[in-house]
Amino acid sequence: MMRPRYRTALFLLPAGAWFFTMLVLPLVVVFVFSFGERGPAGGYVPAFTFDNFLNLGSRWAAFKNTLVLAPVGTFVCLLIAYPLAYFLAIRADARWRTLLLILVIVPFWTSILIRSYAWIFLLGGQGLPALLNALGLGNPRLINTPFAVLVGIVYGYLPLMVFPIYVSLERLDKRLLEASSDLGCPPARTFLNVTLPMSMAGVATGCMLVFILLMGEFLIPAMLGGGKVFFVGNALVDLFLQSRNWAFGSAVAMALVLVMLITVTAYMRVTRRWAGGRDDVSLM
Amino acid sequence: MRIYALAVYLFLYIPIGIIALFSFNAGKHASQFTGFSVQWYGKALDNPFVTEAFQTSLIVALSSALLATVFGTMAALALQSVKGRLRMAFDALIYIAVMVPGIVIGIATLIALVTVFDWLNPILAALWPMADAAPQLALGYGSLIAAHGLFSMALVIIIVRARVSGMDRSLIEASADLGATPWGTFRQVTLPQIFPGILAGFLLAFTFSFDDFIIAFFVAGSQTTLPIYVFSSIRRGVTPEINAIGSMVLAVSLILLITAQSILQRGRKA
Repeated sequence: MMRPRYRTALFLLPAGAWFFTMLVLPLVVVFVFSFGERGPAGGYVPAFTFDNFLNLGSRWAAFKNTLVLAPVGTFVCLLIAYPLAYFLAIRADARWRTLLLILVIVPFWTSILIRSYAWIFLLGGQGLPALLNALGLGNPRLINTPFAVLVGIVYGYLPLMVFPIYVSLERLDKRLLEASSDLGCPPARTFLNVTLPMSMAGVATGCMLVFILLMGEFLIPAMLGGGKVFFVGNALVDLFLQSRNWAFGSAVAMALVLVMLITVTAYMRVTRRWAGGRDDVSLM
Repeated sequence: MRIYALAVYLFLYIPIGIIALFSFNAGKHASQFTGFSVQWYGKALDNPFVTEAFQTSLIVALSSALLATVFGTMAALALQSVKGRLRMAFDALIYIAVMVPGIVIGIATLIALVTVFDWLNPILAALWPMADAAPQLALGYGSLIAAHGLFSMALVIIIVRARVSGMDRSLIEASADLGATPWGTFRQVTLPQIFPGILAGFLLAFTFSFDDFIIAFFVAGSQTTLPIYVFSSIRRGVTPEINAIGSMVLAVSLILLITAQSILQRGRKA
């Protein structure tokens, strides 16, 4: 019979090897390549230079769009998600709660490609603009605008925001709300002084998750921004698949991960102070 | 409040519904509904590019989900008796695998594999008995399965570990005290308790792989998965055929997801 220690090692080996070759090694390669140079026919030539990083300014527009639309998108998601999460956790009939919750989570796991495509269809010339035109409200151009990208973002990531907020509100001791109203506190003040502060951990988690995913977004701007509204992700696709400048592309990827790390760390520092730790939420 | 919730649900489901509705459009025009027909489903299923892409997606999703489930479950079980640095390293790897944007994973895998292949192929050719017949390592099924398997494995470990830690340990001890072999205990005590987690993990892993575009876009090599096919055809314009393919993709993931969710929710209550 096998000794338990060997068995543990044997059980961990495949997953460990997989994580090493498909995660650690590739990330190290990106790090090394970011100091290299572009080969004459594209690809990578070993070198040690900081030129790629000094050249990052040439992709400033992509970073700017990402750093504007990711926080704005996160905030709009929050505004729409909070009341829904509140409804699900506190107001909804307990019998329907699980079903309603599943209905929120399910879209997040379905193809974001098809869901963004739906908005090409809806915002395109013969969708909403035609409808508005028929109602005599003018014929605005919607597709390929920052607005379209924002709609796509909210549509894509709303479920991810609802879930953590729901979890924190659901854990909230409902007797606190009763106590507050019994003591003569108007509902609006109960909400501001009791419910909202107690759900801040969920808000912080939701915002962080949505923000992180938005920073690496490619599909939504590619499909709804029509090449006019592009994110860092779109710059990366261009650099790796079109112009094949792996060294500079690696530097852009490193910069993206670095910006993410900095904002998320700073964000967690701030929120931990006023939220008292964050909820670890399973999204499954 | 109810009206607001209803509005949000409509916002979430109307776009999906419209895609499904227009996939049954008889007319050739993408945006005017002129009558009911299933002709676009027939056209889509007759299109060899679609069926081939669907087959590729299916093979990749099945193999990556299966491998991730087996290895992920093994790791989740082993991790409960691991502490210290090894445990921290694994936790960090799982966290990184889930948190690093898919696009960064995609490009990193692309350049790492291409570099390794460029380096290994000449060696392989030199060592092979018949130089002309030496296998060429290239991006394709292998890289797709390996790249999808990474995220899926992290997913399976997270889900199964949650079940393992919620498991009743006294049953395992009782089983051992009563003279069951470790394998017998695993099969008759541990497995039934964690099985819902394993199944849900498999279904989610399959759905992730089947729907993933961005990682596949980089590591597919000469292969075309269904999302890659849909993406490139959308660039050529909106057609009712894409509505039909999209509806089928949505239907597949909806069925799997609802199954996975109900398994998980039932497990939570039990």
